[in-house]
Amino acid sequence: MSLDEIKIGGMGASRRRVEDNRFIRGKGNYIDDIVLPGMLHMEILRSPFAHARIKSIDTSKAWGIPGVRLVMTGEMMASRNLAWMPTLSYDTQAVLATDKVRFQGQEVACVIADDAYIAKDGCEAIVVEYEPLPVIVNPLQAMAPGAPLIRDDKENQHDNVVFDWEVGDKSGTERAFAQADVVSKLDLHYPRSHPSPMETCGSIADFDRATSKLTVYMTSQAPHIIRAAVAMVAELPEHMIRIVSPDLGGGFGNKVPVYPGYVASILASILLERPVKWIEDKTGNLISTGFARDVYLRGEMALRKDGKILGIRMHTDSDHGAFFSDAQPSKFKIGLMHSAFACYDIPVAHLTARGVYTNKAPGGVAYRCSFRVTEAMFFQERMVQAAADDLDMDQAEFRRINFVGDDDFPHRTAFGFLTDSGQYGKCLDVGLEAIGYKDFLKQKEEAKKRGRLLGIGISTMTEPLGAGNSREYDILGIKMFDSAELRVHMTGKAILRTGAKSQGQGHETTWAQIVAHELGIPADDITVEEGDTDTAPFGMGTYASRSTPVAGAAIAMVSRKIRAKARKLAAHLLEVSEEDVEWELGRFYVRSSPDRGVTIQECAMAAYTNMPDGMEPGLENNAYYDPPNLTWPFACYIATVEVDPQTGVWDVLNVVAVDDCGVRINPMIVEGQIMGGLTEAYAMASMQFITFDEEGNCIGSNYMDYLLPTAWETPGFELHEVVTPCPHHPIGAKGIGECATVGGPAAFVNAVMDALKGTGVRNIDMPLLSDRVYEALTKRRDVSGMPPMRTDDV
Amino acid sequence: MTSLNEEVFPEQASDIPVRTVTITVNGEKRSANVEPRLLLAHLLRQGFKMTGTHTGCDTTNCGACTVLFDGKPIKSCTMLAVQADGHDVMTIEGLASASELHPIQEGFKDEHGLQCGFCTPGMMLTAKALLDVNPNPTEDEIRWALSGNLCRCTGYQNIVKSVLWAAVKLRGQAAN
Amino acid sequence: MYPSRFRYEAPRSLEEAIELLRLGGGEAKVLAGGQSLVPMLKLRFASPEMVVDINNIAGLDYHRVDPDGTIRIGALCRHADLENSAILHAHQPTMAAAAPVIADPIVRNRGTLVGSLCHADPQGDWASVMIALGGSIIAQGPNGRRSIPVADFVKGPFQNVLAFDELAIEAVVPAPKGVVNGGYLKLERRVGDFATVGVAIALESSSGVIIRAGIGLTGVGGTTINAIEAAKALIGGPLTAESIANAGDLAAQGAQPRTDHRGSATYKRHIVRTFVVRILDGVVESMERAA
Repeated sequence: MSLDEIKIGGMGASRRRVEDNRFIRGKGNYIDDIVLPGMLHMEILRSPFAHARIKSIDTSKAWGIPGVRLVMTGEMMASRNLAWMPTLSYDTQAVLATDKVRFQGQEVACVIADDAYIAKDGCEAIVVEYEPLPVIVNPLQAMAPGAPLIRDDKENQHDNVVFDWEVGDKSGTERAFAQADVVSKLDLHYPRSHPSPMETCGSIADFDRATSKLTVYMTSQAPHIIRAAVAMVAELPEHMIRIVSPDLGGGFGNKVPVYPGYVASILASILLERPVKWIEDKTGNLISTGFARDVYLRGEMALRKDGKILGIRMHTDSDHGAFFSDAQPSKFKIGLMHSAFACYDIPVAHLTARGVYTNKAPGGVAYRCSFRVTEAMFFQERMVQAAADDLDMDQAEFRRINFVGDDDFPHRTAFGFLTDSGQYGKCLDVGLEAIGYKDFLKQKEEAKKRGRLLGIGISTMTEPLGAGNSREYDILGIKMFDSAELRVHMTGKAILRTGAKSQGQGHETTWAQIVAHELGIPADDITVEEGDTDTAPFGMGTYASRSTPVAGAAIAMVSRKIRAKARKLAAHLLEVSEEDVEWELGRFYVRSSPDRGVTIQECAMAAYTNMPDGMEPGLENNAYYDPPNLTWPFACYIATVEVDPQTGVWDVLNVVAVDDCGVRINPMIVEGQIMGGLTEAYAMASMQFITFDEEGNCIGSNYMDYLLPTAWETPGFELHEVVTPCPHHPIGAKGIGECATVGGPAAFVNAVMDALKGTGVRNIDMPLLSDRVYEALTKRRDVSGMPPMRTDDV
Repeated sequence: MTSLNEEVFPEQASDIPVRTVTITVNGEKRSANVEPRLLLAHLLRQGFKMTGTHTGCDTTNCGACTVLFDGKPIKSCTMLAVQADGHDVMTIEGLASASELHPIQEGFKDEHGLQCGFCTPGMMLTAKALLDVNPNPTEDEIRWALSGNLCRCTGYQNIVKSVLWAAVKLRGQAAN
Repeated sequence: MYPSRFRYEAPRSLEEAIELLRLGGGEAKVLAGGQSLVPMLKLRFASPEMVVDINNIAGLDYHRVDPDGTIRIGALCRHADLENSAILHAHQPTMAAAAPVIADPIVRNRGTLVGSLCHADPQGDWASVMIALGGSIIAQGPNGRRSIPVADFVKGPFQNVLAFDELAIEAVVPAPKGVVNGGYLKLERRVGDFATVGVAIALESSSGVIIRAGIGLTGVGGTTINAIEAAKALIGGPLTAESIANAGDLAAQGAQPRTDHRGSATYKRHIVRTFVVRILDGVVESMERAA
């Protein structure tokens, strides 16, 4: 009899998490928990100015403080050719500033001391003389004639443009617009945000002169990429570099890039021949490490009167800060922005994108996002609602008219993506039913008569998760595949290693479930290990919801390789030919005599004790998986809100989420990911943003100004599912980690805009702070969120 | 006994006197020599090697460093170690006995009340303080009590369920 | 995250504390709840030579109501004590409304009302409440005690009028002469946020006629605003739709907000007006219920 898959913790089991056993006891092993003998501590001195020439740096007082071991400046880095480092987007970034500082919070000097308190004293004692320069805080200023040149360090850079890029069919789109009955236009800003994991970034570099080996413990979502980068930057042989990414206190994209602090700690350890720990403070994290979003859209939709979308035109201006350090595939300058409208059947579209430098922190990381799909889907769903309103159509019906039909797959989108499956209409129906759509519309009308403003917002989208395939997706030329290595021990227990790196997603739990599903080995018998480049197979790491689509697939594939070998062992043990052996979960049996069988554990034992002549001993293997396509989860998020017309304060009434992420490995964990994502969506819509004043001072440099919602404000969520298995993934799964963060914000914003319908207001930029909503309501006009922050009354 | 001064400040060259503090941590008396400027969170983590207390922000917002100070939750990054002299501190390491988990820990695991785990110790200690005074809280009371602890992963809904789970179990234990 | 060096003293008596402050010569900081001071030390916005921790001084953690109705809050009475106070719920609705919205629940376990007043943050909630109530601070120095009205206590942002060797030991809310009413409304973006706008109103009435009124405004000026004109306009009559609207307008005029990332000046004025009206409407309702 076959095993009960749920009982062994296989696919579909809401298995309780393995990693929780240490976390709930306070026994996690985060970067700051690691202590090495003789370890020193590093603190970074940052620029108070957004744009200034460095006239002089006097470090003499810092050197004089007892306990200070080393003071590093840009000049010192430059003498070792380390003042600049490459970014993940073929640009360069200053490690420690030499010529000038280009954003507030830029790294200027480092002090290494016996403890962090003394290192901070050392930073305070450094005197830097700056000559302030004119500051640029938005793309309009960056593009203005005569704008100061930010990147005067780069040869052939004569303006502040990072890139001009386009995709789609320009002339075809023009023809579509010429035939349109109605053209719906919308200008939007997706404000600058920060992934802001609770744990900041940090590293402990430990260079051992005796062995020439450099070990770096580091908060990294992608340790293998870091190893390659360190090999290139520090000119150390790659086999002498070991990157260990311990437990991460959240990542959300923030811990993908290489940061100056990492590089500085490495050089300090090499110079001092002692371990050097750097733990970033929260302000440092918020003002200097990978921000997200900060994109402006000019969107246009060509419409037929009956609601059919004829064409889309989009132009984006993206603000990349002082260094182009986006973490994204090299072929796509504005990430996967062109995945917008993938769930709609649109004949033709054209996107132009321009990126600019500004005096703001670098980044452009995919914050819980596959490379700008968060902006793409937000723009899409805001444009969709505006178009429905312009046509005076029901917003659900407008979506339904334009969805790609269930039978129309595979579907080539107007921007060239290939979507392969989905039941979009069904997802929407489940969502509408759950929220009580028709009843709510009635309630809304009733409430309006009594002066109350209710609104309902819908957001439906399919997004491309799980880069690569390797033909199209690479970072710095490294193809975006992933890997798994499985060793089954003699007694049938196993260890699995992958190139992914969990930051809270629960890989230790779910990866074992895939193996259990493929081999019938109970999940509890499988150890999962990630994050140590000396032991884990090469992989591109965990971000962009790619772990299940890519590493997860590799796990299934390596398990199947193991099963293929086990089948040979079974045939040997059962003394039949391999063709006569059948598999059921956890057991091979003789086809003609099902009672005669051997378990996978018995096969494992045989691999070490009783293999057939000529067979290589052992039961282990690896798999490198290059997915044939992205996975395309679909989601429908619906929020209802009430706006207080007297204050502009809005409250969420209900939130419904319908997610189709294919087959769910661990439903409990999937739901946890969705609720976390919805909360970040609510945060973006309501309070969470980073802005700047005209001098480039960052507003949002700590948790007093950069607001993350608490348990009190965060609404409750009602979750539903539709399952359309991914046709090309070995276990039918798709990405899920970021879906709600990507699709969620538009649901909240659309709901507030719906409540304001009839006032003539077409847009309020996120976050929908109460003063913005109130201004829109009373002045009956759109409210822009473009920095600099307003300092005069309007 | 651990002398934090010797371990953490070997090059200490200030004329500011180091002070000896004695704190009851998880029921055990611990002493250390500390500089006045040392934060309680750092004494617990570096001096007493109890790294379950995390430091998440600089501005007393996140609550990752929450410990129970004479039974009440406080943010240990916002208290000087010298202030704890003579007081009782409970950290996450003191919540469970060696063999058995506290119902709050069981609840967090069973209801998937954590993901990255960084905020979890602070969350659980705040939850304990709530259940100590209110064994049968409503969802709103839990959300209110936890509103000084930030979580970036879970969206709080499962944390609330975890605390409700623990409340049921604790009431059951009290009844027996 | 790491404070500068300072000397630390933990006196056991008021006299000892005051002597230490005297010796500190203006370079000493008093540590009570520490929920503003310690973050400032960590960020090195404050680098005092000495910190005088008053937490070991016995007998300062009280709050009580005297037989005549005077409410006294000791220097070590925590926000949480006030949030859970049966005394405030029975006697002082403005304070009872404010206590639960100070900072967040964990900070409330340490932070103190008297410390908040001394910190003199224009976005601090308690100063508005105490100004509305006509409260005062009792300060003790080498030459004895004096009483300072809260309205005169704050000199400017983060500045109070205490001499360097004076210690604020108690906040006093004077005994009411009529029926007490009032409330506190705070516009915050999330729990733990500073007030975008806070409005505190304290009223005393006799047979439905307002005989004393105070209105304090949080977050809409360089210091806490004492909306005297608005309060005055309420005295001498019952609360009517007209008098309420008038008070709202006067309070909005009295506010001196600045446009910032929390909102525009116009918006903040509007919220002042709206909150004044909402609190007073609520008072009317509760007076009607009582009658």
